[in-house]
Amino acid sequence: MLTKKVKNRILFLSLFLTSSIILVYFIVKILNNNLLYFKTPTDINQSKDIKIGKAIRLGGMVKKDSLLVTGNEIKFIVTDLKNEIIVSYRGTVPNLFAEEKGVVAEGTLKDKKYFIADRILAKHDENYMPPELGEVLKKNVK
Amino acid sequence: MLSNVGNGLVIFNVLLGVVIIYYSLSHLKNEKKLIISKNIYSLSLVQCIFSILSFLILIFAFVISDFSLITVYQHSHTLKPLFYKISGSWGNHEGSLLLWINVLIIFSYFFLILNKESKINFKLYTLISQNILILGFLCFLLFNSNPFSLIYPEPKEGLGLNPILQDPALAIHPPLLYIGFVGSSIYFSAAISSLVSGFKGKKFAQSIKPWIIITWSFQTLGITVGSIWAYYELGWGGFWFWDPVENVSLMPWFVMTALLHSVTVLEKRDSLYSWVIILSLLTFTLSVTGTFLVRSGIFNSVHTFANDPSRGVYLLALLSLMVFSALTIFLKENKREKYDFNIKSKETFLLTNNWLMMFYLATVLVGTVYPIFIEVINQTKISVGPPYYNIVLVPLVIPLLILMALGPNIKWIKGNFNNFTQLFLILGIAIFLNLLINYFFNSKSLLSNFILISSIFLIFYSIIDLIKFYKIKSLQSSSRIISHLGFGLLIFFIGINHNFSTEEDFNLKVGDKKQFNNYTINFLSLKLEKRENYESIVGLFKISDLKKIVNEELKPEIRIYSQPKTMTHETSIKTKLTHDLYLTMSNVDQSDLYNIKFQKKPFMIWIWISAFVISFGGFMRFYKKD
Repeated sequence: MLTKKVKNRILFLSLFLTSSIILVYFIVKILNNNLLYFKTPTDINQSKDIKIGKAIRLGGMVKKDSLLVTGNEIKFIVTDLKNEIIVSYRGTVPNLFAEEKGVVAEGTLKDKKYFIADRILAKHDENYMPPELGEVLKKNVK
Repeated sequence: MLSNVGNGLVIFNVLLGVVIIYYSLSHLKNEKKLIISKNIYSLSLVQCIFSILSFLILIFAFVISDFSLITVYQHSHTLKPLFYKISGSWGNHEGSLLLWINVLIIFSYFFLILNKESKINFKLYTLISQNILILGFLCFLLFNSNPFSLIYPEPKEGLGLNPILQDPALAIHPPLLYIGFVGSSIYFSAAISSLVSGFKGKKFAQSIKPWIIITWSFQTLGITVGSIWAYYELGWGGFWFWDPVENVSLMPWFVMTALLHSVTVLEKRDSLYSWVIILSLLTFTLSVTGTFLVRSGIFNSVHTFANDPSRGVYLLALLSLMVFSALTIFLKENKREKYDFNIKSKETFLLTNNWLMMFYLATVLVGTVYPIFIEVINQTKISVGPPYYNIVLVPLVIPLLILMALGPNIKWIKGNFNNFTQLFLILGIAIFLNLLINYFFNSKSLLSNFILISSIFLIFYSIIDLIKFYKIKSLQSSSRIISHLGFGLLIFFIGINHNFSTEEDFNLKVGDKKQFNNYTINFLSLKLEKRENYESIVGLFKISDLKKIVNEELKPEIRIYSQPKTMTHETSIKTKLTHDLYLTMSNVDQSDLYNIKFQKKPFMIWIWISAFVISFGGFMRFYKKD
C-alpha cells in the first residue's frame, strides 16, 4: 500500500508533468505560428507553395531608379540580382534606406511578384549589411 | 605616448591580479590569522586606482583626439562635440571592454572593504574568484581587443562616431547597463566562494543582498534609458521590439529580480540556499552569454554592434570555462535541502515570483536562441516575431500583478489573510475604473481589460500599503512597495498606450494639408540650418484637431552629418503629461514628396516615469536610517 505522503507526491508530480507538457505544447505552437522566415526574391520565385498572407522577411537590394513615391505609399523593387519583387510600403523609411543599398522588409506577399511591407528594418551601422544578405549578394555577384 | 601608459597600466593590473590571488591563497593556508592583512587591501586599492586611471587615459585620448590609437581614430573626429568625444570612449567594443573591467575591479574592491561581518575565508575566496574573472577579461582585452593599440602612420583625422549614437541617452546607457550586467559578477564570485568556504545561510544572504539591489536598480535604469533612446531615435514610435539584443538585456534582469526575492527568503528563513546560489551563478553567466551573442555577430538584429567572430571565440571559451568550473564546484559542494513551506506564507509568494520569472526567462530565451539553432540545423533563416512574446508573456502578467499586491502583506512562516474587505473594495474600484476607461474610449479585448483591472488593483493596493508604512516610518518596506507600485503603473500605462495610440502614415508636399480622423496636419515650410557638425533640413508642421484641443508645431529634421557622411531622421516629439505627439519625416527619392509618420501616444512620459519609480524603489534601500 502506498502511504498518503507518497500518494500525494505522485499526484503532484503527475499534475505538474501534464500541465508543463500542455504549456510547452502551446508555447511551441505559438512560436511556430510567429516565425518569420527570411526569404530572398529568388527563394520566393523558386518555392512552389508560397503562403499568401503569412508574414515573412524579405531581403535584398533596392533596385536603382525603382523608387516611386505617390500620395500615400512608397514603391520600390527589391532585387537579389537574379529575381525581383515589387514592394509597397506606407510610412517613413529608416535612416539608411536608399537605392542600391541593402534592405530588409517585414510584411506579407500578395503574390509572387508583389510584397506589402509593414515595416522596413532600421540598421544602426552605416557599413552594416545584414549578414544573411551579404552572403546571398556575394553568391549572386560571382 | 598615451598608448604606452595605457598598456603599462593594463599589464600592471594583470600582475596585480596574479599577486592578489597568490597573497589570498597563502593567507588562506595560514588559518591562524583572524584579520585580512593590510597588503591585500592596499593591493586591491592600487588595482582599483590603476584601472580607473587607464580608463581616464582612454577618455583623455578621445578628448585630445589622439589618432595614433586605432580605437580613437575609428570612433572619433576633431569636430565632434566634447560630450560625444567622451562618450565615444565607451561607445565602441574596445573601450566598453575596458569599462567592463573597471566595473569588475571596482565592485571587487568595494565588496572587500564594505563586507565587515563576513567570514575571512569567504571574503578571500570571493576576491580570488573575482580576480580570476578580472584576469580572464584583461587577457581578452590585451590579446584581442586592446583600446590602446597603435596605428602607423598617425592619421590626421578620425572616422567619426556613428551619428545615431551621438545622443545623450545612448551616452549614459552603456555605463548604467554595465553596472548592472557586470556588477552581477560579484555575487557570481560570492556564490562560488560560499560553496567553497561553507559560509552559508543568513549571513551570506546579507552579504550579497545590497549588491543584488544595486545592480538590479542600475540594470532597470539602463534598460529604461535604452528604450527611451529607441523610442525617439529609431523613428518608429515603439520602445520595445523584442529584438534579440534587447532580449539579452532583459534575461539577466529576470534572474536578478528572482534573486532579489529569493535572497530575502534565505536572509529571513535560512532556506532556498541552493536556489539562491544557482540564480547568483546564472545572472552573470547570462550577462556574459548576452555579450557573446551580441559581439560575435550571431544575431540577426536591428541593433547592430560592430562584430568580429574572433571575439566570439574568446568569449565563448571564457564562458564555457566559467560555466564548467561553476557547475563542478556546485555539484561537488552542494548539499540537499529540505523545503517545507506553508502555502499561506510570504515564502510561497516569493517562490511564485521566482516561478514566473523563470517562466519569462525560458520564454525569452527560447525565442532568442531558437533562430540560431534552426540556422545551424537546416540553414533556414528565421526570426521570431513579437506576437510570440506578447501571446506567451502577457497573460501571465495578470497573476503576477495580483500576487505583487497581496504578497508584501503576508507574514513569514504562516500568514493569515483576513483583510478581504480591503481586497474586494480595491478590486471593485479597479473594475469600475476599467469600465470607465472603456466607456470613454473604445472597448478593447478581454485580455487588455484584465491587464488594466489587475494593474489598477496593484496600484491602489500599493498606495494603501505605502500610507500604512509611512505612518510607522518603515522605509525598508516602503522601498519594496514603491518598486511594486512602479511596476503596476508601468503595466497600466503600457496597456493604455498600447490600446489607445493613433497612427497615420502618408506622403506630403510642402504647403499641403492632410486630414484624417479629427486631425489636420499642415506642412508649412522647410528650411536648411547649419549646426556644429551637421546640416539639418528642418520641416515645420502644424497639427490641430477639430475641437482645437491640440494645436502644436512640430519640427522634424533630416540631418546630414559630415563625419562620417550619414543621414539621420530626427523625430520631433511634443511631450505633454497626457500624450506625446510624434512626427517623423523622411525623403527617399529626392522628390517633393516627404514621407510622414504621425502618432499620438497617450501617457508616454508616464511609462518612463513608472520605470524610473521601479528603480528608485531599489535605490531607496540605501537611504535607510539605522
